[in-house]
Amino acid sequence: MTKRLTPILISILSFLLVWHLITRYSGIPNFILPSPLSVWTRFLRAVDDRSLPYHTGITLIEILLGLLTGVLFATVVGYLLAKSRSLERVLSPYLVASQAIPVVAIAPLLVIWLGEGILSKVVICALIVFFPVLVNTIVGVRAVPIALYDLMNSLHATRAQILWKVEVPASLPVFLGGLRIGATLSVIGAIVGELVDAEEGLGFLLQLGDFQYDTPMVFVAVFTLIALALMLYGIVTMLERRFLGWQEK
Amino acid sequence: MSHTPILTIRNLSAVFPDNNGGLRALDDISFDVHPREFVCVLGPSGSGKTTLLRILAGLISPTSGSFMFGHGEQPSIGMVFQQANLMPWRTVMDNIKLPLEVISMDSQTARTKAQDMIELVGLQGFEDSLPRDLSGGMAQRVAIARALIHDPDLLLLDEPFASLDAMTRERMWTELSRIWQARQKTVIMVTHSINESLFLADRVLVLTQRPGKVKLDLKVDLPRPRKDDIRYTSHFGRLARKLREAIE
Ligand SMILES: Nc1ncnc2c1ncn2[C@@H]1O[C@H](COP(=O)(O)OP(=O)(O)OP(=O)(O)O)[C@@H](O)[C@H]1O
Ligand SMILES: [Mg+2]
Repeated sequence: MTKRLTPILISILSFLLVWHLITRYSGIPNFILPSPLSVWTRFLRAVDDRSLPYHTGITLIEILLGLLTGVLFATVVGYLLAKSRSLERVLSPYLVASQAIPVVAIAPLLVIWLGEGILSKVVICALIVFFPVLVNTIVGVRAVPIALYDLMNSLHATRAQILWKVEVPASLPVFLGGLRIGATLSVIGAIVGELVDAEEGLGFLLQLGDFQYDTPMVFVAVFTLIALALMLYGIVTMLERRFLGWQEK
Repeated sequence: MSHTPILTIRNLSAVFPDNNGGLRALDDISFDVHPREFVCVLGPSGSGKTTLLRILAGLISPTSGSFMFGHGEQPSIGMVFQQANLMPWRTVMDNIKLPLEVISMDSQTARTKAQDMIELVGLQGFEDSLPRDLSGGMAQRVAIARALIHDPDLLLLDEPFASLDAMTRERMWTELSRIWQARQKTVIMVTHSINESLFLADRVLVLTQRPGKVKLDLKVDLPRPRKDDIRYTSHFGRLARKLREAIE
């Protein structure tokens, strides 16, 4: 573990050092490029006055709810599409067309329709997550070896047994690949929604910092977002370690 | 074996669609199988042997003709496929247990039974190995254990021993004969080996080149239990010769 962490640590420390040196000697004013130290003190202050934990919590809830609904719908729809060619033929033009509309562009519409509260952000997030998970679910389920269906059918297995003992484990590698993309996109979805209009959340904090020339606060919000994205990424990686160990090599 | 047949096959044909009027794999196959009979099917590559087993397992439907099981109900089936066909995410133990999970046997009993099967096929110490770490022959032995574990009425074996070394193969012959006699099973086994079929079978069916028809239905009246040296007897030689001539 320490062996793997050391290079990461060195890279972070050198990044901070370079950043520090630039702000120190380049003469760029603090409100354009704040020093690492001023970002750190701003961070401590934001933790202290509870604003950062509060807004992070809001964004996290939006992300998790959006991710959950997006993944849930994508998995169910993806499975049905993978199993039924005719359903796929009927639905795929709409699905492809829906992908031609950038979610970012309809985000303002969604906020108008669903209000500036949490709901509109959850929906934007779910929409952004939906497609990559859907596609990977379809690809994963289609790739299940026919020979394993033969095996299960020769044992007179039920549909549910085939689902849980063959289709789920066999499609999991591709599915988790989709989830990895979806998890990263979910952070973008929530922020896009908040930037359109919100009273709370990290996107709101970001915009507030921007209006008030509180650039260190903007940095704090951005780093928190990065941390959220990394955390989600890490969770997917953990799932892969846990469930795909058989695949290694 | 004057019982009513456990399996009646009548005028079975299988045609696969292709862009040339259909590919006929099996042509008008008819035969009966009696309870506890051990039938081997020999035939050149592409003569429809695998197709026949797949039809009997209910995996595909015949294009025409029919087959019926003795009591009208589908028997429980243990199938060994031409490729080992293991689940790569399951350990040896869990692959072998699969048929017991399908019939919802409690997992403790299932483990005990699987352990017995692991010993039968000589894979002690590999219980927790994954298929990717097994040799072809070991994987095939896992597949054999999996086909036997739920004590099926009908065994459908598609060249189960093809990838085993000679020593293991002959040990598996003896074990299979023993299991077949002890547990009173009906076996239909596809093989390319004349020796193997004479060592194991009550009856050998030889199929023709594609489309497969029954070319020869040979009764193997060699005494049981058959020991290794049976192949040096003159009767064995006569039967082997008949089979060789039928196969060309
Ligand atoms: N699902 C399928 N679709 C189309 N053609 C098929 C299919 N399955 C088998 N065939 C064709 O049917 C013929 C018989 O195939 P089968 O696998 O039954 O032969 P086999 O006797 O088992 O051969 P081998 O000894 O090489 O295993 C072959 O020509 C094969 O190409
Ligand atoms: Mg075959």
